[in-house]
Amino acid sequence: MTKFRVNKTKHVDQTKTVSFNFDGKSYHGFDGDTLASALLSNGVHLVGRSFKYHRPRGIMSCGSEEPNAICQINEDTDLTEPNVRATEIELYEGLKASSQNCWPSVNFDIGGINNFISQFIPAGFYYKTFMWPKSFWKKIYEPLIRWSAGLGKSPTKPDPELYDHKHVHCDVLIIGGGISGIIASKIAAKNNLRTILIEDKNILGGSTIFQKNENYKINNKYSSEWLDDEIAELQKLDNLTIKTRTSLAAYHSYNFLLAKENISDHLPLDKKNGGIRQRLWKIRADKVLVATGAIERPLVFNNNDRPGIMLANSVKKYLDFYGVSCGFNNVIFTNNDSAYETAVSLKEKGISVEIIDIRKKSNSKIVKNAEKLGVKIYWNSTIVNTFGHRKINSIELMNLSEDGSNVVGDKNRINCDCLAVSGGWTPMVHMHTQSGGKLDFRENDQTFIPTEIDENHINVGSCNGDFELEEIINNTNKKVKNFLKVSETEFDNTSVLNSKELDKRNIWLLPNYISEGKCKSFIDFQNDSTAKDIKLALREGFKSIEHVKRYTTTGMATDQGKLSNMHALGIIADTAGVKMGTLGTTTFRPPFTPLTFGSIVGRSVGKFFDIVRKTSIHEWHSQNNAKFENVGQWKRPWYYPINDEGLHDAVQRESKAARDSAGILDASTLGKIDIQGTDASEFLNRVYTNAWSKLGIGKCRYGLMLNEDGMVYDDGVTTRLGENHYLMTTTTGGAANVLSKLEDYLQTEWPELDVYLTSVTDHYSTASICGPNSKKILTKIFPDKDFSDDAFPHMSYQNAKIDEINCRIMRISFTGELSYEINIESKYGKSLWEKCIEVGKEFKITQYGTETMHLLRAEKGFIIVGQDTDGTMTPIDLQMDWIVSKKKYDFIGKRSLYRSDTIREDRKQLVGLLTDDPNEVLEEGAQIVSDVNKKPIEMVGHVTSSYFSPNLNKSIALAVVKSGKKMNGQKLIVPMENKNINVTVSDSVFLDKENKRIYA
Amino acid sequence: MFLINCPYCGERDQSEFSCGGEAHIVRPKQPTELSDDQWAEYLFMRKNIKGVQFERWNHAHGCRKWFNMVRDTSNDKIHAVYKMGEKPPVE
Ligand SMILES: [Zn+2]
Repeated sequence: MTKFRVNKTKHVDQTKTVSFNFDGKSYHGFDGDTLASALLSNGVHLVGRSFKYHRPRGIMSCGSEEPNAICQINEDTDLTEPNVRATEIELYEGLKASSQNCWPSVNFDIGGINNFISQFIPAGFYYKTFMWPKSFWKKIYEPLIRWSAGLGKSPTKPDPELYDHKHVHCDVLIIGGGISGIIASKIAAKNNLRTILIEDKNILGGSTIFQKNENYKINNKYSSEWLDDEIAELQKLDNLTIKTRTSLAAYHSYNFLLAKENISDHLPLDKKNGGIRQRLWKIRADKVLVATGAIERPLVFNNNDRPGIMLANSVKKYLDFYGVSCGFNNVIFTNNDSAYETAVSLKEKGISVEIIDIRKKSNSKIVKNAEKLGVKIYWNSTIVNTFGHRKINSIELMNLSEDGSNVVGDKNRINCDCLAVSGGWTPMVHMHTQSGGKLDFRENDQTFIPTEIDENHINVGSCNGDFELEEIINNTNKKVKNFLKVSETEFDNTSVLNSKELDKRNIWLLPNYISEGKCKSFIDFQNDSTAKDIKLALREGFKSIEHVKRYTTTGMATDQGKLSNMHALGIIADTAGVKMGTLGTTTFRPPFTPLTFGSIVGRSVGKFFDIVRKTSIHEWHSQNNAKFENVGQWKRPWYYPINDEGLHDAVQRESKAARDSAGILDASTLGKIDIQGTDASEFLNRVYTNAWSKLGIGKCRYGLMLNEDGMVYDDGVTTRLGENHYLMTTTTGGAANVLSKLEDYLQTEWPELDVYLTSVTDHYSTASICGPNSKKILTKIFPDKDFSDDAFPHMSYQNAKIDEINCRIMRISFTGELSYEINIESKYGKSLWEKCIEVGKEFKITQYGTETMHLLRAEKGFIIVGQDTDGTMTPIDLQMDWIVSKKKYDFIGKRSLYRSDTIREDRKQLVGLLTDDPNEVLEEGAQIVSDVNKKPIEMVGHVTSSYFSPNLNKSIALAVVKSGKKMNGQKLIVPMENKNINVTVSDSVFLDKENKRIYA
Repeated sequence: MFLINCPYCGERDQSEFSCGGEAHIVRPKQPTELSDDQWAEYLFMRKNIKGVQFERWNHAHGCRKWFNMVRDTSNDKIHAVYKMGEKPPVE
C-alpha cells in the first residue's frame, strides 16, 4: 500500500491488487479504483499537457467534467482509444494508458515553448495569424495546425468489438442514481410504474454514498448508511430495471433518449471474450425524471491550473470513497460552505489542512466544526499566485478589499502539496436544455436552474438547484408525488440533519496585484482560454456569448465547457456591466459525453451497413465473371470480362456483339409499378408529358415525367395490359421516389381519381435481348409465337408461356436495335436467363452489363435521367419537344415549360460532340468553353456521356451546352489539365438516324 | 425524435415518416391561365414560419398515407393531425 492510500473504504477492495501501466511505468492500484484514483494513490498528479500552451496539467476532478486527465488507452493495438477520461475509466488488470497531447513526454514537452510566447498567442490567434499570406496555407500553416492540434490517436485497424442497439419503452425513466434518483425510482416502482433507472457509475448512491459525517444524518442514521439501506430495498423491486455504467447521451423531443451502456470496458482485455462492448439504448419514456446532480465550480485566479490544484469535493471523494489522500499538506480555497466538508474529512484522518475563504464569515455548523477541529481559516482572502512546476508547492494570498474588487495588505506565502478549490455548484442542466427546456437565472447563488414547462419531464435534486440534503430529500419527494400523481410515500416524514448555510460570496475573476495582462487565470483548462482572452474578445467587439465562445474557444473542448461556461458568462457580465441572467447561456448539444462510433452504428457495419439488392439472376452473373456496380442498393452487372480483359476491351466487345448479332441484359432492376383503376389512363395523362388516352391495349409507350418546375424527373416505358391496367417502368434509382410522388398526387391533389398503385419491382425478372438475331432467338424460345412485324409490331406486348410458366414479352428497345424484353415471375428469372443463353449460343449471344448499355444508348442519343440530366433540364433543353403534348390541357410541370426562365434560348441544351481526333475520348464531366484566350474563361457547358463507339469506330459524346441547339457544326474546346481538345457540335443521334435497325 | 400519431395507424416513431412541407397549398386547377408570377407563387413561395405551422406528412415506412399536421416549429409540439381533405382544426 502506498503512503497516499490512507483510508480503508468498502468501495475499494484493498485485498485485490491490480497492476497497470501509465506512460510506460508500472503501478499498482486496487479493485474498485478508477485510473485517476489509482494514479493519485501513487502520487501521480501530472497527467498531461494543455492544448495551446502545453502547460503541465494534473487530475482535477473525479467525473465526466474532467478537463485534464484525458488518456490514450491500449496503445499499439486495434483496441486503442483516445480521449478516455482517467476519472471515469475503471481500473483493470493490465490497463495501459498514456498522456495525450505531449511530445516527447509529459515531463519534457517541446510544445511547452508556447507557454513562454503565450503573450503572442491571444484569443483568435488562429483566425488572425493563419489568414495570410495565402501561399503559406498548404505548406506551413496546415501541417503546423495538424501537427499541434488534435487530441490522441485513432486506431488504424478496424474495430474488432461488437456493439449493440436496443429499443425500450417505459413509464418512467430516471436519469441519475444519486439520492434524488433513488427516491424517485422507489416511488415510481412501488406505484406500479415500469421504471428504468440509469446511472453512469458502477454503483448507485451519487455523492451521498460516501458522506459519513455527524453533521449529515437522515432518520438518525449517517446519510451513507441510510442510503445503503434504500439501495438494498430498491434492488428487490420487480418493475424497476437498474442500469449502471450507463450514461445518457442525448435527450430528444417527445421523451426519446439515447443512453450508452458500457458492458465490457471495465474488464481486462483477456476477459472480454468477444462479447458486446457497448450497447446504445433507445428509450421512449412516458415520463422522464432528470436527477443528474451538480458539478463543482473552480475559481478563476492567477496560475490556477497547476497539477495538484483540484476541485474540493473531488479531493473528498478520493479520500472517503477511494481512500486516497491527494496531499498531506492541503489548502482549501473556497467561497462557500461545501468545501468545509472536505476540510473536516481530512482533519478527522489527521491530515493537515488550512482554508482560505473569500467570504468575511460563516456561522454554519460545519464551519464551527472545522474551527473546533483546529483548522486555520483565512477569511476575506484570496490567492494571488501559485508556485511549483510539475506540482504545486506553495501559494501566495492577500486580503480582499471591502467590496472584493481589489487586494489589500501584505502577501503571505503558504506551502502546500494540494490545493482544493470550490466556487460553489452548477446544476447539470444539459439534459433539460437538450430536451428543449428553458432556464431561469437565480441571482442569490448565480446559477441557471430549469424552468419546468413540460408535464412529462421534471428535474429533481441538485440539477434543479437544490443543494442541501434537506431540500433535496423533501423537494424531490414533493415533486415526484406531484409528477406521478401519488398521494403519499415513505419519504413523507423523513428527518434530516443538515449543517450548511447557503451563504456564498461570488467573484467570477478574483482580483490581483499583478496586472491583468500578466496573469494566467484559466477558465477553460482543456482549450487553454483565460480571463484575459475573454476580455480581449469583448474589447474587439464580440458581444454574443456564442461568438465569444467560438472566438476564444472557451467551452468548445471535449468537456463542452462543463467547468468553464459559467465563469465565461460571469466575466462577460462583469466586464460589460450587465446582469448575468440577461446574457442567456449557450445551448447544450448532444452527446453529453462523447459516444464511440461503434455505439452509434451498432450492428450496421460490414455487410449490414446497407441493404444489398440482388436480382434473381445474380448468381449466374457471379459465376460468369461479372464485375458489379452499385445502382442505388442494387448490384448490377457492369461488364463481363473474359480472362484478363479490362473494362474498355470488354465493353467494346460486348457493344459490337449486341449490334452485330445478339446481346442480353438483366433489366430486372428497373422499377415496375402496377397501375389499376378506371381512371388509370387519365392518371397517366396527368403525370407524363405525352398523351395516353389513345394507347391501345397491348401497346407500349415511352413516357417522360417532369417535376412541377418543368424539369425532367424520370422516364420509362409503360405498357397497357388491359382496359384499366398498366405496367409502368421507371429508372432503377428512381423507382421508390416515383412511386411516392405518384401516391402524393393521388392522395392529395386528385383524390377523385380511381387509381391504385402497387410496386412490383421485385415480383418480376426481366431479360432484355437485342440485336439483329434477337427475333430468331425469341422464335426458338417461343416456337408457337409469330414474331413477324405485323403480328408483333414494335412497341407492343404479348403474353406467352415457357413450359407452362406465364410471361410477358415486350418489343421495346433501349439500344436502337431490334429488341425484346421477357418478364417472368422472379423465381423463374434464372431459368429463363439460362434458357436464353442456351438457345442464343448458335447466334453467339453475348451478355452485357450497364456500361455497354450506356454506350449503346449514347450511340442513339437516348438520354439517361440522372446522367445527361441533373434536375435543371426541361424536355425542350433535351431537344425532346416531340414528347411534349401541345394538346393536353395540363400535366405535371406543363405550366413551368413557358416560364420566362425556361423559355430562355441560352439555356444549356443537349447536343452531340465529336472530337476532331476521332480517337480522343472526352472525360465525362469535363467543362466546355468557346474561347480560351478571353479571361476569365467562360464555361459554356459540360460533357455528360462519352465513349469510344466500336460500331462507329470513333469517339462520341453527349453534352449540355448553352444555346447548343443553334450550334450544330460549331467548334468548341474542352480544356484539360495539359491540353485543349477541339470538338465540333453535332446532332445527338450518332447511329441509324432513320431508326431502321429496330425492324432488322 | 417526434412521436407521431398517424391518423390511420396510431402513434409511431418519427423515423417512419417523411415531411412534405407546407400544407394547404392547392395545385391550381387551371395552371395555363396563370401569369408567371401567380404560378411562381404556387411553385416556390413557402412561409416557413417560426411558430404554429400546417404541414404535410407521409407515413412513408408504414401505411404510405399522406396526412396533415399542425406543429409549432419553435418547440416541436404537435397540436393536431388530421386526414387529407379534412378541414384544419381551429385554435
Ligand atoms: Zn400510418
